Amino acid sequence: MAIRRGRGVAAINYPTGMNLGGDPTQALVHSTPTGNFMVTLSSVDLGQGMKQIMAQICAETIGVPTDRVIIDTADTDTGPHCMGTFASRGTHRAGNAVIQAAKEARQVMLEVAAEELEVDASDLETDGHGNIVVKGAPQKSISIFDVALSAHFKRGRSISGRGMFLIPRSYPDKETGAMKPSTCYAHACTLVEVEVDDETGEVTVLTVKNVFEIGRALNPKMVEQQLVGGSWMGISHALYETTEPYYPSRDHGGTDFNQYLMPGPGDLAETEIIVLERPSADGPFGAKGPGEMCANPQIPAVANAVFDAVGVRVDTLPITPERILRALKAKAAG
Amino acid sequence: MELRKDYFADVRKDGLNEIGQPRPRLDSPGHVTGQTAYFADRNFPGLLHLKMVRSPHHHARIRSIDTSEAEKHPGVVRVLTAKDVPHNVYTILILIQIGPEDETVLADGKVRWKGEAVVAVLAETERAAQEAAARVKVDYEVLPAVFDMDEALKPGAPIVNEYHGRNYYLYDSGECRKVRFGDVETGFGEADHILEQSYQSSPIEHAPTETTGCVVAPEGNDRFTCYTNTQAMFFTLDNTSIILQMPGSKLHFVGGTVGGGFGGKVDVIVEPIAILAAKLTGRPVSFIYSREEEMQISSPRAAEKVVIKDGVMKDGRIVARKVTGYTDAGAYSRHSPYGAQKGAAHYPGPYTIPNVWIDTYCVYTNRTPSSAMRGFGVTIGDFALEVQMDKLARLIGMDPLEFRFINAYRDGDMKAHRQPTEGAALIECMQEAARAANWPVAEKYMTMSSYRKGA
Repeated sequence: MAIRRGRGVAAINYPTGMNLGGDPTQALVHSTPTGNFMVTLSSVDLGQGMKQIMAQICAETIGVPTDRVIIDTADTDTGPHCMGTFASRGTHRAGNAVIQAAKEARQVMLEVAAEELEVDASDLETDGHGNIVVKGAPQKSISIFDVALSAHFKRGRSISGRGMFLIPRSYPDKETGAMKPSTCYAHACTLVEVEVDDETGEVTVLTVKNVFEIGRALNPKMVEQQLVGGSWMGISHALYETTEPYYPSRDHGGTDFNQYLMPGPGDLAETEIIVLERPSADGPFGAKGPGEMCANPQIPAVANAVFDAVGVRVDTLPITPERILRALKAKAAG
Repeated sequence: MELRKDYFADVRKDGLNEIGQPRPRLDSPGHVTGQTAYFADRNFPGLLHLKMVRSPHHHARIRSIDTSEAEKHPGVVRVLTAKDVPHNVYTILILIQIGPEDETVLADGKVRWKGEAVVAVLAETERAAQEAAARVKVDYEVLPAVFDMDEALKPGAPIVNEYHGRNYYLYDSGECRKVRFGDVETGFGEADHILEQSYQSSPIEHAPTETTGCVVAPEGNDRFTCYTNTQAMFFTLDNTSIILQMPGSKLHFVGGTVGGGFGGKVDVIVEPIAILAAKLTGRPVSFIYSREEEMQISSPRAAEKVVIKDGVMKDGRIVARKVTGYTDAGAYSRHSPYGAQKGAAHYPGPYTIPNVWIDTYCVYTNRTPSSAMRGFGVTIGDFALEVQMDKLARLIGMDPLEFRFINAYRDGDMKAHRQPTEGAALIECMQEAARAANWPVAEKYMTMSSYRKGA
C-alpha cells in the first residue's frame, strides 16, 4: 500500500452560443446631458461580471473611460430583447449588439462635435479620456460633456444608437446532421498531477495547469476569476459531486452542503492559468465565450492522471474513493 | 494568470484604451459589503409565501386530492391545484417550436418523478404554508417506475411520459439526432486497432449561492411585476404568458444581479405559479426554493452515457469514430432534447477524423427532470472523448500529447457536422501546456500551427 503519483492531460474545444432557435440580443445606447452613456439591455448578470464587460465594450467603442458608462439591464419594460445568459453567449452576443449601438451613438456624437468645432466629422477622434479632438491638431478639442449639452439643448440631436446581433436559426439536416449550432470556438489544454492512496482510494490533486485560448481577454482580471473558478468546478465535478451517488438508484441524494460533497479550500490544488488570445472573426474585439469551457478539461485530465497513478480506469463520474478501490480490487482479482 | 501575448500576435490589435485593461469591477464593492440588491431583498406588505406539496413517489396515479384540512389551517389564504392553472401542460422550448408540451405546472392525474409539484399552498408565513402543505391528502396508486436508460429503451418498459408515448424524444431525424460523415465502417475495416469503450456520469447540482426563486407584486392594474433570478428574462416572460394565458403586456419581469446560475435558472418553474397566485389572491407572493429543493427538485445536469468506438492506425491517425450518446432527461423534456443535439454537433471533438457516425438520444426516466448546466451537451462528452484519447494513445504506445497533435483540427478542416474549422487554437494550447509542464514533445509538434496556407 502506497501513495502513488500520476499525471494526465486533456485537450478540448467549446462552442460559443446556442443556435437552435436563432440567437438574438439587442442593445440600446444613449447619452445623458451629463455626457455619460447609458446602455440598456435585458441580459442577466449572473455574478460573472456581465455589466462590467458591457461597460468596457461600450466605452472602448465610443471612446470614453469605462466609468462614464452605466449599464441598465434585466428589466423587460425598458430593456430590448435578449435570449438570456447561457451557452457562453453573453459577452459574445450582447457585446456585439453593444458595439453596433455604441458605433451609431458615436457617429452622432462626432457629428455634433464637428458642428461645434466647425470641422468635418471624419477629421475627429476621441482621446479616450472624455474629449473629442481634431486629428493632428489636438489643441482643437471639445469635451464629450459639452458635446452632450450641445446635442440636448442646442442642436436637437439624440446621441443614441441601436444594436442588434442575430445568428439566424440553423436546422440540422435529418440525414447527415449538417448544421451550424454555434459560432466561434474556445480551446483548452489541461495538465493535472495527482496522488492516489491505493489503500483508501483517496485522490489528492497536486497541481492543475490550464492553458485556455479565449479569443480576447477583454478584462484580464475578470477572465482570471472565471477561469480559476471554472477550474475548481472541474476538479469538483471529477472527484466529488453528484445528486445521486449510486445513479441510476435515486437513493442517498444530498439535500444540503453537508451531504452534497464539494472540495473545501484545503482540497484545491495549486492552479495555474495561462491565456492565449486568437481573436475570433465575429466576436466583440475578438472575444469568444470561455464561461463553460473552462470547467471541462480538468475532468478527463484527472481521470487520466488517476490511471497513470494506480493503473485502473474509472469511467464513471464522479471518481470516488469507493470506485477506485473497487477497480483496484477487481484488477487484483484478475 | 499569465497572458501569453506572443501567440497570435500577428492577428491581434493590442494597445486599446479600455479593452484588455484589468479594470476593477464597478459592482464588486456592493457584493463584498452586502449592499447589492438581489430579488429576495424585495419585501412588500402582505407578502404571501408559497410552498409546494410534492410527490413522494417516482411514478403514481393520483386517485384524489383532499385540500380541506390545509385550507382550514391558520394563516392559509389559498390552495392551488391543476385546475387553477389556465394552460397547465407546457414545455419551455415550445417558444422555438420544440414540442410536444409534456409537463404539468401542477400534477394532473399523475406524477412522474419523486418531488413533482402537486398542490401549491399560500399562507401568511412560511411556517403556516409548510404546515398546511403537510395536511394536504393525496391518494396515490403507485405505478412501476423506470430509472435506468437502458431499461427505459427496452420494449415493454413502463412509459414515463404519455405526451411522448415512448421513452425517448422523437427528432425529425428519428429516435436520435444523427451526424453522418464519410464511411465509418470502411474506416473501421482499414484500422490497425479498434477500441470500443463506455462512459457514464451521474447528475450533479449547480450549487448556486442563491437558490431559485421570485417575488411577485401586483401593480394594481391587472399587471404584475415579477422580481426573479432567472437567467433569461424574455424567455421566462414568454413562457409565463403561455402558461397563464395572459398577454405579455400584463407581465413585467425585473432581474438584476443573480447569485450564480450555471444553467440552473433557465427553466421556467417558480414564476408562472407565483404570478398566478398573486393574480388569484391579489397579494404579493414569494416562492423561493429551499436548499433541499435546489438540490433535489430543481433540474440537475443530466446523467449521460457515452459509447465511443474508434479505429486507429499504428502511426496515430484516428480513421473512424462512432459515438452513441444517451442523455437522461428525467421525466420531462425541459432543455434536454437540445442538450442531446448539441452533443451531436460537438462530437468527435476537436480532431479531424475522416469517417464519423454520431447518434445522440434524449431518454425519459422517472427521475428529477434534468436540464441545462454549464457545458450542457459537451462536458460529459469531453470527459468520454479525452479519456478515450488517453486509452488510444496507450494502446498504440504513443505519448498522449503527441497523439493529440497528430489528430488536432486546423483551420479549414471540415468538421463532421459540415462546418469548416475557423480560428483553431488547439495545437497552440497543447504546445504551451507542454512547455509549462516540461512535458517532452517532439520538435515537429512544437513547430506545428493551427494556420494553414490558404485557409
